[in-house]
Formats: sequence, structure tokens, C-alpha cells
Amino acid sequence: MEAREPQVRDTPEPRAAPKRGPGDALRRRRRLVAWAFMIPLIVVNVLVILGPSVATIYYSFTEWSGIGPAEFVGLENYGDLLADGDFWIAMWHNVIWTIFFLTVPIAMGLLGAFLLSQITRFQLVFRLVYFVPYVVASVVNAAVWQNILDPSRGIGSVLAQVGIPFLDGVSFFGSERLALPSVAFVNNWAWWGFVVLLFLTALQSVDRELYEAARVDGAGRWQQFLNVTLPGIRPTFVFVILLTIINSLLAFDYIYIITQGGPAGASEVVATLMYKEAFERFEAGYAAAMGLGLSFISGLIVLVFIYLRRRGWEI
Amino acid sequence: MSILSGGRARREPSKVPYYVVLILLALFALGPLLVLAFNSLKSDAEIGRNPLGPPLSPVFENFSNAWVQGNFATTMLNSTILTVGTIVGVCVIAGTAAYAMSRLDLPGTDAVLLYLFVASAIPFQIFLVPLFFLWSILQLTNTLFGLIVIYWAVFSPLATLLLRSYLVALPRDFEDAARIDGASELQVLLRVVLPLSWPGFLTIALVSGIATWNEFLFAVTFIQDNNLKPIITSFWAFRSNFSTDWGLTSAAGIIVILPIIVLFLILQRRFISGLTAGGLKG
Repeated sequence: MEAREPQVRDTPEPRAAPKRGPGDALRRRRRLVAWAFMIPLIVVNVLVILGPSVATIYYSFTEWSGIGPAEFVGLENYGDLLADGDFWIAMWHNVIWTIFFLTVPIAMGLLGAFLLSQITRFQLVFRLVYFVPYVVASVVNAAVWQNILDPSRGIGSVLAQVGIPFLDGVSFFGSERLALPSVAFVNNWAWWGFVVLLFLTALQSVDRELYEAARVDGAGRWQQFLNVTLPGIRPTFVFVILLTIINSLLAFDYIYIITQGGPAGASEVVATLMYKEAFERFEAGYAAAMGLGLSFISGLIVLVFIYLRRRGWEI
Repeated sequence: MSILSGGRARREPSKVPYYVVLILLALFALGPLLVLAFNSLKSDAEIGRNPLGPPLSPVFENFSNAWVQGNFATTMLNSTILTVGTIVGVCVIAGTAAYAMSRLDLPGTDAVLLYLFVASAIPFQIFLVPLFFLWSILQLTNTLFGLIVIYWAVFSPLATLLLRSYLVALPRDFEDAARIDGASELQVLLRVVLPLSWPGFLTIALVSGIATWNEFLFAVTFIQDNNLKPIITSFWAFRSNFSTDWGLTSAAGIIVILPIIVLFLILQRRFISGLTAGGLKG
């Protein structure tokens, strides 16, 4: 390394060298160095993400247990998928999940962010408090709420003791009707504070003078919100919607941790169904087709987002 | 203009309702954690009488019992190894890659950027099953190293994007001076860029560190050996074994989240800006 010093010193500003000759060679060397710096990233990504992702495409056309050789069966897995009632029920649960997360946390996030942007005292404390659940591990968060919503010792029984009996004995995670919304509620508890902070950052970057101008023009609070706030935070808003849809399509952790999709499939989503097909029923080929289908849908949504972003942000 | 707005400002409504709603939201955020803290200090008998309220006669044995029965000495060490290993690896991987992209005029940077955006949002469903197969062949299942490599790959795309945007914003004068003085690219990176960009590295270390500590899916899939389990999946199994013993499981829950909460309180601003920036880049 040290031996090269004078040589480099003799060539001032190697990046600017326009002519052929030593500058060209240097630039080529620079490119090689650049790619050498990329090697660690490339190696782990090919090994863990890229390679297995490509393999998934192949395995989705096979009958495969997850160990040993795979037998090519063409489009059979995809045909089975389209005819699989459990899959469509799980997909429907994903849709419900998405609708829940497109409304409740976004409404709470907008409300919290708006109120925070209007105050100065204790703003930092509130931000901190709202963010804490987001850093709490999902398994602990789930355990806390499993206690609080316990049918015999949870909030229902406590309320019953003070004369409000209608939640007494209700099994939030054990009933087919309530399992899915209850898990969504728990997941939202850990999520909404993050949305508050995303929106707050966006709100704080909206130009104050625009509000001033709107007020001078006689716009009320609601009109200010519609005409100044919403356009101002639109990029964040669109981003949160995209993030929500993708996260909801792929929702796994809280459902698997709390109910494992039960009772009787009442809270099964595609991700938990796929996981079971792969690791409990050893239908890895079928699981690959399911995972690919799901990824295809989420990829499609990202593409729509990119398209809209290109259009929407230029206008 | 200022006179006008001053006149309007006097008629602005009081902020009290704002604070009322904000406090209600704060109670919603903290209430469940308070219940967790309360229950961790209650005996079995007291939880029967008073399942959610504050402890009237606090006991601390739950913590020592949970520590022993939950195998926390082992699992906390496992999680620490996983987290430190992941952070070091991600910093090296993302550091070199971000440096190449922001400073070395990497040919094809746009394509790499596109890949990183896709990879940082890629669903695990698309690669999990073949990855498990591959890891079984390589005998990397049930090893901490195997899990760390997965975390390197999964967390490095976002970390690279974050670090790259940090480096792009950093002035290049010092580096150019060092290059003219004859420093090699590696020397420039280690002696000039690294000392200047440590806040960027701290951010990606925090983001990937907390993600590792809290990670569930890969941990539950790739580690079955109880003595290699990280704290998260070990707690999950513990919770289902002792689901009726709320005092014990609550104390265990506190042990699981305490390191993160303490770190969060110390580095709150960086935490929040790092994680929200991470979200925004997604």
C-alpha cells in the first residue's frame, strides 16, 4: 500500500481525468475497488435472499417435502391453491386485517400527530411514551394482553366487580368471532405510536406560512387541514398506506404468537397458513407457490405505488 | 401580517382538550406495561384477588425464580451474541457498500439501489423455505452463526440505504485531501470517513440491534435447541408453559424488555429518528 503512494500523488484529481491513458486505468481500478467493497453485501444477499428466492420459483412447480429431492409437477400447486378454501379464507382475513390497519392506526396516528404539533410543553415526553410500545418485543406485548384480556381474571372480570358485567367471561382470543380483531387490536397497540411519529415528522415540515396565508384567506381549521395539511404530508401519507398494505398482507408475528391462526382457523392469514404448510405439513412445494403468490401481490402493489408516486409527485 | 395573526391568535381555543386526549393516548400506551410491572411484583395469591391493579404487598422472588426457570442466563447471553454479531456484521457490510456507492462512483449504482429498496421490503415468504433447506444442508440450523448470517442479509439492505444517504450528505473535502496525500481507499474509509460518519453507524447499529433482539420468525424457525434459543423465543415457550403463573411470566417479560427500554431511554432521540427514518426509507 505504502509503495503506491508516490504514483498516486503524481496524478492529481484522478476522477477528473478526461483523456485516455493512466487516468483511464486508474478509473478502471477504482471501479474494481468499488465492486470489491460490495462483495460482503453481495455474498450474504445472494446466499440468503436472492438464491433462495429464485429457488422458490422452481420449488413452486414441484411436489416437495422440504427435505430431499423435489418432483416436478408443473402448475399443479397453483391449481390447488386456486381451489383451496382455506387459502381464500386466510386471504379474506388478510383483507380484514388490512382494512383495520388502514383505518384505526392511521386515524390514531393523525390525531396524535396533529395534537402533538399544536403543543410545545411535554411534546417530547408524549412522543417518547407513544413510541415505547413499538420497541417492546412482540412476545412480551402479546403476553401482557393475553393477561389483560383473560376471560376469568382479565379486564372483563375486573369490570364485572364494579358493576359492568358485559365483558365478563368473554374469551377474546378463544372465540371464533373475536380472535382476529383481538389480535389486530394487540398488534395495533404496538404500532400506532410509530405512525404518530411518522405523521408528526411530516406535519412539522409543512411550511408554517402556508397556514398563515390560508388563515388570511379566511380558511377555517377543517379547510386548513384539507388544503394545507393533507397536501403537505401527502408523501408520508401515501408511504404509510403502502407500508400498511404490505405489512398487512404479510402479517405473521402477532397471529402466530397469540393464536397460531386458531381457533379453528378463525385468525388464519396466508403467512401463518404458509408457515404451517411448510414446517408442519411438510408441503414445501405448495408453501412455495403460496409464498410466491403472496409476494407477487405485494410486488404488484409496490409497482402501483411507484407508478402513482411518479405521477402524483410530479403534478 | 404579524398584527393580523396576533389578533387571531388571541381567539384560539384553549389547549386543555388537546392535553386531555394526549394523556388518554399516553395511558393507552403505558397502561399495559404498568400492568406488566404490577403483576411482576405480585404473589400468586395476590394475583387471584387483584389481577390488574397495583401490588399491595410487593414481592421480588418472581424475578429470581423467572431468571432461573426461564434459563435467562443462557438465553440472554445468546441474544447478546446474536445482537453484537449482527451489529458488527451489518456495520461492516453496509459500511463498505455505502462507501462504494457514495464515494467510489460504483458503476450500476442505480440498479443496486433498486435491489436494496426491493430487498429491504422483501417478504420472508419468498425465501424462507428454500433457505431453511439450504441451511440444513450447510448445517447452519441450530447455530447462532447461521442465524446471524440471516440477520446480516435481512438487515443490511436498509442499513446500506440509510448509511448511503448519510454519506451522500457528508462533505467530501477531507477525503479528497487525504487521497491527494496518497491514502488508499481503505485508508480513506477507515481514517477519514469512519470518524466523521459515526452518527450514521450508530443509527444503523441501533436499528439492526433492536430488530435482532426482538426478532421472532427466523429465531423460532432456525433455532430449536433450548440452550441456543434467543431470549424472545425462549420467553415465548416459557410463557406457554407457565401461562397461569402471571407473576412469574410478567417478571420474565420485564427481564426481556428491560435492556431495550433502558437503551431506548438513554438514546431516545437517535432511536426515534433512526427507526422513523428506517420506516421512511422502506
